[in-house]
Amino acid sequence: MSSLTYIFKRLLMMIPTFFLVMIIIFLLVRLLPGDPAIAMAGDRASDADIQAIRERLGLTEPMLVQFWLFLSNTVQGDLGQSILMRTDVIDVIADRLPITVFLTIYSVALSLLIAGPLAFVAALNRGRWPDAVIRTVFQIGLSMPVFYIGLVLLTFLAAQLRLFPVGGYGDTFGERLYHLFLPSITVALYTSAIIMRNLRSAVIEVLDAEYVQFARAKGLPSRLVLGRHVLRNALISTVTLLGLSIGNLMSGTLVTETVFAVPGMGRLMLEAIFARDYPLIQGLTLTFAILVSFVFLMTDLFQSRLDPRMRLQ
Amino acid sequence: MSMEDQKPILEVNELNTTFHRNGRALPAVRDVSFSVARGEVLGLVGESGSGKSVTLRSIIGLARRYGDVTGQVRWKGSDLVAMPDRVLRHKQGREIAMIFQEPMTSLNPLLTVGLQLEESLRAHTDLQRKARHDRAVEMLDLVGIPSAAQRLKDYPHQFSGGMRQRVMIAIALAANPKLLLADEPTTALDVTIQAQILDLILRLAQDMDMGVVLVTHDLGVVAQTCDNLAVMYAGRIVEQGPVRDVLRAPGHPYTVGLMRSVPENLPPRTPLSSVPGVPPSLDALPTGCVFAPRCSSCIEPCLQDRPALTLITDRRQVACFNPVTNAKGNVA
Repeated sequence: MSSLTYIFKRLLMMIPTFFLVMIIIFLLVRLLPGDPAIAMAGDRASDADIQAIRERLGLTEPMLVQFWLFLSNTVQGDLGQSILMRTDVIDVIADRLPITVFLTIYSVALSLLIAGPLAFVAALNRGRWPDAVIRTVFQIGLSMPVFYIGLVLLTFLAAQLRLFPVGGYGDTFGERLYHLFLPSITVALYTSAIIMRNLRSAVIEVLDAEYVQFARAKGLPSRLVLGRHVLRNALISTVTLLGLSIGNLMSGTLVTETVFAVPGMGRLMLEAIFARDYPLIQGLTLTFAILVSFVFLMTDLFQSRLDPRMRLQ
Repeated sequence: MSMEDQKPILEVNELNTTFHRNGRALPAVRDVSFSVARGEVLGLVGESGSGKSVTLRSIIGLARRYGDVTGQVRWKGSDLVAMPDRVLRHKQGREIAMIFQEPMTSLNPLLTVGLQLEESLRAHTDLQRKARHDRAVEMLDLVGIPSAAQRLKDYPHQFSGGMRQRVMIAIALAANPKLLLADEPTTALDVTIQAQILDLILRLAQDMDMGVVLVTHDLGVVAQTCDNLAVMYAGRIVEQGPVRDVLRAPGHPYTVGLMRSVPENLPPRTPLSSVPGVPPSLDALPTGCVFAPRCSSCIEPCLQDRPALTLITDRRQVACFNPVTNAKGNVA
């Protein structure tokens, strides 16, 4: 099966997933306590105002009709109007999406840069002091809450030493790397701890595998044994974990973007929730769902690149 | 093959391999000495855990990553045990090759067999890409894989067990080694395939004038294929000599036991013979002869001292205080 057919199949399989996601989003907003119209209109609104908002939101229609409208509008790219921003939800999201995507990719890249080499050092020195030191440090990293690490870094590196900005986003690629370094490293410290642990035990397992013994017995140079035979095989399980933690990482942006005042989708989500901006919450939830599905698709594609046994299935 | 007069290419002297687990020393191989000549096939026989496989891994330098290897492995005037990894690398695969028991797990599942063959050629020869490819096809062809050129692009899971073992042999022999260490190469295969693979190994060994150390627990295989035989028990060689002589008149009670446990020409429903008891745990070896607790000809000295391997005829050695003099096995 060619990978294009595979991607097409996977995209088709996403349709029922998204249908379910839409139902959940739709019900979520309607099941939340309180009338969204009252929440939106504010305390001093008259009954007539509230009724007007209800009609504007389509809340007076029967549920099924409401769902149909929601579904068909969404498919056409119309996510409604943000009450908070007073513009189309889709425009607001398009504005913030790149920031969060950038932050996520940046965090993943940093995680891999930290976790990859250290996992190898730990695995190759299994049971000796480098292994112990690396594992202990990461254990500490894992047991501290992300927002706390973020605040500590912010206080020392940004506020006191003034090495990094305390917030903002920047305009050029270089500026972005600089501005988003602290939030990314905050997320990366946690994610890299998870990846390091997984990759370390995968490397240890693969090092003892017969095919690695065979590769050594063939007299291959050490870097070839490690790079070609050990790393690739160890990555298989780690890639799955990485995909899952990217999903986690996205919800983590709610905290990091708030702590570091990064104007991304995470912070927007928080603002939308506080303002009971239901159309915006719906739009953001859907966007996150799409992003996560996309990441899982990429993970599976990468897996099948890595492992020929998966290509036949 | 009569290779008695030829100078040995491999000489193993007093090889000791010790692993450490939870603070305890496990003597996996003790005082193992043997030699192999060009074109000679030496059978290394014993139960699971007797140290056969560790002996092979100690010779080719795989065991030292997991434990301490001492003694000497003389190869072309140098000692492989004392050789640093980066020098040893040019012997591994190029002069001494090893094949493993499990064809399912011994090939990297993520790489094409072509790549796994060519990387070996790349490490040990000056062949250019095209020449390496041609040699890879030639090797697959040599081990009997149909339409070799197309199959280079296939992955290990696309081959059957027997074919995979052929691929492993092709990879191991690609750089034209002079010694092949074969670690139970047919144990994991169907009985019908076993003979084919064994024949293949022996034919190639003969064609390439290669010495072979064949680890097996199958005395029938040894009788058919080997020139010399070494029987291992609890990390030690307890008997060795020319196959014919040993199998005709085994000296060590353990060898006798092994021979009796080969079911051959038995009427149906005859109870199978076996050596009573189990091999001792490596961290709790008996003080005397390691085989004494399971031995039927055990006498007083066996419990106090460990018998050394001594010559009983001009080319046969037995490590026993009370060797069997008139035993008959089923194999010889």
